[in-house]
Amino acid sequence: MAADAPAAAHDDDHGHVAVDVTTLDAELIEGPSVATADVAEYALWLGDDSLILAQQLGAWISRAPELEEDVALGNVALDLIGHARSLLHYAGTASGRTEDDLAYWRTEPDFRSLHIVEQPNGDFAHTIARQFVVAHYLFELYSRLRASADATLAAIAAKAVKEVDYHRDHSTQWVLRLAQGTDESRRRMITALSDLWPYVEEIFRDDPLIDRLGGVAVRPSSLLPAFDAAIAPVLAEAELEVPRGFVASGGGRTGKHSEHLAFLLAEMQVLTRAHPGASW
Amino acid sequence: MLHEAIARPRPADAASLAAWTLAAQVVDPEIPVLTIEDLGVLRSVTVTNDAVAVTLTPTYSGCPAMDAMRDDVLEVLASAGYENVSVRLVLSPAWTTDWMSEIGKNKLREYGIAAPTGHATVRGSGPAGPIRLTLAVKCPRCSSLNTRELAHFGSTSCKSLFECRDCLEPFDYFKVL
Repeated sequence: MAADAPAAAHDDDHGHVAVDVTTLDAELIEGPSVATADVAEYALWLGDDSLILAQQLGAWISRAPELEEDVALGNVALDLIGHARSLLHYAGTASGRTEDDLAYWRTEPDFRSLHIVEQPNGDFAHTIARQFVVAHYLFELYSRLRASADATLAAIAAKAVKEVDYHRDHSTQWVLRLAQGTDESRRRMITALSDLWPYVEEIFRDDPLIDRLGGVAVRPSSLLPAFDAAIAPVLAEAELEVPRGFVASGGGRTGKHSEHLAFLLAEMQVLTRAHPGASW
Repeated sequence: MLHEAIARPRPADAASLAAWTLAAQVVDPEIPVLTIEDLGVLRSVTVTNDAVAVTLTPTYSGCPAMDAMRDDVLEVLASAGYENVSVRLVLSPAWTTDWMSEIGKNKLREYGIAAPTGHATVRGSGPAGPIRLTLAVKCPRCSSLNTRELAHFGSTSCKSLFECRDCLEPFDYFKVL
């Protein structure tokens, strides 16, 4: 996120702050690509999922069970931030907003992320259960989005699919280790899956926007068979059952969120809002 | 070589090639033995009249070194006298470790980082994703193949952490993407 051309420097309650004019980041994609309103909305869906999940994973740095996990979750978060930047940059082309405008200056009703990504980090098993579901979903999504009729989305997906493949593998290894580890780790893994599963259904729900986008988007419901087929052997090896129970109401794609998102956004946005345009 | 033409698409005209050669000196700030040409990150350099248009591709979507590489390309061309330089980032075609040059892999090993082994992708027509083929990773210090992965993710996005079971040293491995 380029920031040059110092515009003003002043002292405020928090000390000396240099306020720069933030310039648009360099065009990420080959060719002049401006998203239509519907394509921008779809890019916002996917970009918000990655942004919120990345913010959640960042909270584990220095708190994971071992140093290697701090590094792993930090790396996964960094990849997701990269996807979010590309997607939000593209979404912003429809309305003349930057990726930073979209990340830092919207409130929760304007976010389009799924409820699963705003579920609290919980204990390590909860975070792993969430990673397991989302990484497998994203892998199936980006595998197909590579063939999108929209060249920009196809390019972002072709890049992202290789990275989420590693995320998928990472979470799979941990599901197996926790489920087959000690009685306590197994108990926690089972609890985490059961707490999280009500939010899985929303991922594969089709919204009217999908009908309008045709070959640009991937129909969420079409991903479910591949998702089920990918997780089934892992759960079988781990001797875990797919939890059955209630389905959460969802509504993230239309801006309905739980209270979790407001707290998350407050932490993510506070610095930018306190010092608009600041850089360091 | 077809592969080299994709990995290092050097321009045909002399003016563009001269600017490419300058841009190709820029190194990865995290792995300073590798140039952006070794990596396959430098995608095109085109000189038209006095304007230079450069495109780079990121190794990983969130790689923070991209900003530094972009700034360094601008600086090296500006200091060579080019006044009108633009650098753009492109995502397609997606970068792969297959584009790393053999010279680059040798420099990486001498630097103490194991180079990517095997090939990154086997692209099918169906929805199946890329298939990674990773061979045994050789210890960059003692050349033993008796090594194991300690962690999938390492000090930067592009590396994972290994240890050698013979010389017992940990080392970074530039993982296949």
